[in-house]
Amino acid sequence: MKRFFAQLYIWVLLVILYAPLVFIAIFSFTESKVLGNWKGFSTRLYQNLLTGDMQGNSSLLQAVENTLLIALIAAALATLLGTVAAIGIHNMNGRSRQAITFLNNIPMINPDIITGVSLFLLFVFLHISQGYTTVVLAHITFCTPYVVLSVLPKLRQMNPNIYEAALDLGATPGVALRKVLIPQLRGGMVSGFILSFTMSLDDFAVTFFTRGTIGLDTLSTYIYTDARKGGLTPELRPLMTLIFLIILVLLVVFNVRQQRLAKKTQRV
Amino acid sequence: MKRSSWAIPYALFLVVFVLLPLILVVVYAFQDSMGRFTLGNITKFFTDRDTLSTFAVSLEVALENTLLCILLGYPAAWILANRKLNRSAVTIVLFILPMWVNALMRTLATAELFNMLGVTLGKGTLLFGMVYDYLPFMIYPIYNILDKMDKSYAEAAADLGARPGTVFWKVTVPLSMPGVASGVLMVFMPTVSTFAISEFLTNNKIKLFGTIIQENINSSMWNYGAALALVMLVIIGLSSLLSGGEKEEMQGGLI
Amino acid sequence: MAEKIIEIQHVSKSFDGKRVLEDINLYIKKGEFLTLLGPSGCGKTTLLRMIAGFLAPDEGAILLDGKEMGDLPPHQRPLNTVFQRYALFPHLDVYDNIAFGLKLKKVPVDEIDRRVRRVLKLVAMSDYEDRDVETLSGGQQQRIAIARAIVNQPKVLLLDEPLAALDLKMRKDMQIELKEMHRKLGITFIYVTHDQEEALTLSDTIVVMNEGRIQQIGTPTDIYNEPVNCFVADFIGESNILKGRMIRDRRVAFIKHQFDCVDEGFGEDVPVDVVVRPEDIYFTTDPQKCQFKAKVNTCTFKGVHYEMWVDTDTGYELMIQDYDPYPVGSEVMLYIDPDDIQVMKKERTANVLEGKVTGDGKVELLGGEFPCDTSAYEVGDEVRVEIPFGGVELLDNREEGILSGEVHFILYMGDHYHLTIKTDDGDFLWVDTTDIWDKGDLVGITAAEKDIRILGRL
Repeated sequence: MKRFFAQLYIWVLLVILYAPLVFIAIFSFTESKVLGNWKGFSTRLYQNLLTGDMQGNSSLLQAVENTLLIALIAAALATLLGTVAAIGIHNMNGRSRQAITFLNNIPMINPDIITGVSLFLLFVFLHISQGYTTVVLAHITFCTPYVVLSVLPKLRQMNPNIYEAALDLGATPGVALRKVLIPQLRGGMVSGFILSFTMSLDDFAVTFFTRGTIGLDTLSTYIYTDARKGGLTPELRPLMTLIFLIILVLLVVFNVRQQRLAKKTQRV
Repeated sequence: MKRSSWAIPYALFLVVFVLLPLILVVVYAFQDSMGRFTLGNITKFFTDRDTLSTFAVSLEVALENTLLCILLGYPAAWILANRKLNRSAVTIVLFILPMWVNALMRTLATAELFNMLGVTLGKGTLLFGMVYDYLPFMIYPIYNILDKMDKSYAEAAADLGARPGTVFWKVTVPLSMPGVASGVLMVFMPTVSTFAISEFLTNNKIKLFGTIIQENINSSMWNYGAALALVMLVIIGLSSLLSGGEKEEMQGGLI
Repeated sequence: MAEKIIEIQHVSKSFDGKRVLEDINLYIKKGEFLTLLGPSGCGKTTLLRMIAGFLAPDEGAILLDGKEMGDLPPHQRPLNTVFQRYALFPHLDVYDNIAFGLKLKKVPVDEIDRRVRRVLKLVAMSDYEDRDVETLSGGQQQRIAIARAIVNQPKVLLLDEPLAALDLKMRKDMQIELKEMHRKLGITFIYVTHDQEEALTLSDTIVVMNEGRIQQIGTPTDIYNEPVNCFVADFIGESNILKGRMIRDRRVAFIKHQFDCVDEGFGEDVPVDVVVRPEDIYFTTDPQKCQFKAKVNTCTFKGVHYEMWVDTDTGYELMIQDYDPYPVGSEVMLYIDPDDIQVMKKERTANVLEGKVTGDGKVELLGGEFPCDTSAYEVGDEVRVEIPFGGVELLDNREEGILSGEVHFILYMGDHYHLTIKTDDGDFLWVDTTDIWDKGDLVGITAAEKDIRILGRL
């Protein structure tokens, strides 16, 4: 009985949580301009989106491309920077470690708007014209702390002698890094990368303040401007539905694999 | 062998892209548009009725949102972490999943859903939307700490004669406070500072503090914008001091 | 005499200003099995890591085959290490772990294959080459770690507590295997452990270390039978350590009785420490042989022998091991052979400290102000001060002491405890007490005016 109510509570929350997403998905199959106005079933919006033929709204696809590219570059650079930093921090102690950990925490604690405004002021102060590069730099700023926090526990779990064992067996420090250290940290680096990638995808405020005035749009800023103009581009609906489905599939695959792996190690 | 030096590039990066910008916020906050020192921006904040009332409303909404998130999220996290009540690891993933869909899009959809259902946009819808957006951020850290909690504490308490209710209030809840604290950290300040979400959910009827900052920066009132950002920074500093400031529970476990 | 393969000359090392090795001098003979033995924190692992090249000495030199190794990085040293907790590469299988070093040296593939198979056979793991290392048991991982090191044919094999993570039975089996492997391979083994029994079983030579210094170097029998100080006597095996007095050559007094012994050259009427192993105290029924009497206090069966605690007629407690039990409460007659009494020079007979007179009746010692009769001295005088072991008082409450510190080492001396106290500043004080303290207890330290005596100006 207790279990029934517990499950009921969880599922009620989930239904509420998913209602807007289902709402979008349903109305992605109708042609109406406005969300919530059912004009009969149609896959027209999907066709428009996939063929790129949208009455004058081709900037949506440009925004999607920007979003993906920025997320990819920012996540890759953040992973590189964060991994190297984590190895350094792991080997630090005392004051300097405290100081760098403190600074590393700031972008995570700061709300996006503070990160955005402060970086905006930085670029203004340094007279850097804002655009693609500044957005990428800003995204690296708020992504890297998460990479550091993903890689650090891997370093802590790692047998501290493993790196030395490689040196002992004749590996130069470079070889030991490539052949022993990196393979051990791969899990942390991958989850750091994925975390960075998704946070970059989802970011609105930081991009909003650092994109400058050259008309650079990511999906978030596109939606914001679009909504403020009144009336969303209808093709956003199928786009969101597709994104949701892709992530759903990815997560299911990932979790099934994870569980299988867990079972396998349990058996051993 | 000095591998601690590997942190140097990132340390420099942090100084330029985290520390320096924050210093600039302070500097700009105490300058007028000509670059001269002034306290005008700060006094303007404390004397401008509109800003102050927006500020108060923001804090109120943030407080209510945080409380609602704890009230709704704690039981959910507790159920999810309890093997007897929830055998499937998939449910926790279902709670995190919506976070991958663009937040603005989700918010717009929520607003449209309210429109369709004939609910007037206002304070109520704003709170609903906020809870909707931030609930996963509260559930996840609490779930994480409850899930990792050593079961022997609860068993020891039961062994010493505590009844289930007592075990929960005297042992489980106090031990899970760090999770609640990092949840609060991830919900409270972001709520104060949201701008797009409140605009969409109230049809611009209710302004939050973030909107004012955004409006000032966008209309080139950088100095006043910086002063407002500084006010937020001070509150963040205070609130993270109060909650212990640790956010390590996040540790890459979101997938 | 066999040739020296490694020589360690005047090596010292500090971490963060804390001395962990102090002027270490040692040579290791080619082909021998040498063990560095000591409690955790004694510096043994630091010394091993310096030999391997992971750390550089602050002072002194380490020579291999007569040539100084200097800054030679670990990957260029012809030595290999078996690490504590093995440090196998989790992302490689058994075969690739073992082949790691050979592949780096660009050894031809068929030779790698031949050598890997040979060492796998040597460690009795032939069928495991494709296994994931994380699926192996502790003992199996240990064998692979050894195989991975010896496949490179090092001149010296370094082993850092390799058996510490195994359970008792496994550890005993592996000891035999290691000894056998050492015999077959004929290379030098340098072995680090804190387990005295392991050291006694395996080694040709044992180096006992404590507090960053070498205490004693010798064969297992030397170390066991003739410990040079209380630390070694206490650390190796069970022992009765007692305060004694050398009356003259070959005659020593302890537990308020006099005994014949074989030690000479200490001088007459000199305070000494005496060690008697519990198995060297014999029961007798012959009043002629009886040297002293005692009453059996406890008697515990230990598998092979019985362990008994007895109270002597003079009020001391002694541990005795014998194959036959004696009933608790019974009066027994005991004797000790002269050969079995090990007399050691006392390292110190009282705390001698340097201090400064800071005021009338006050002297500053180790950073605290103690009351003291300073009538013959002036403020500002730098003086040498003596506090007898029994004069230092320990308090439960740290705040109540003039100094505070922790119990660092405990020695039971038959009727009292001899404690080494480490102050918060890292200085040492020695205390005799009948109170029971545990190692690591935090204590306040004080001393009464009557027990603090100024010996003279510096």
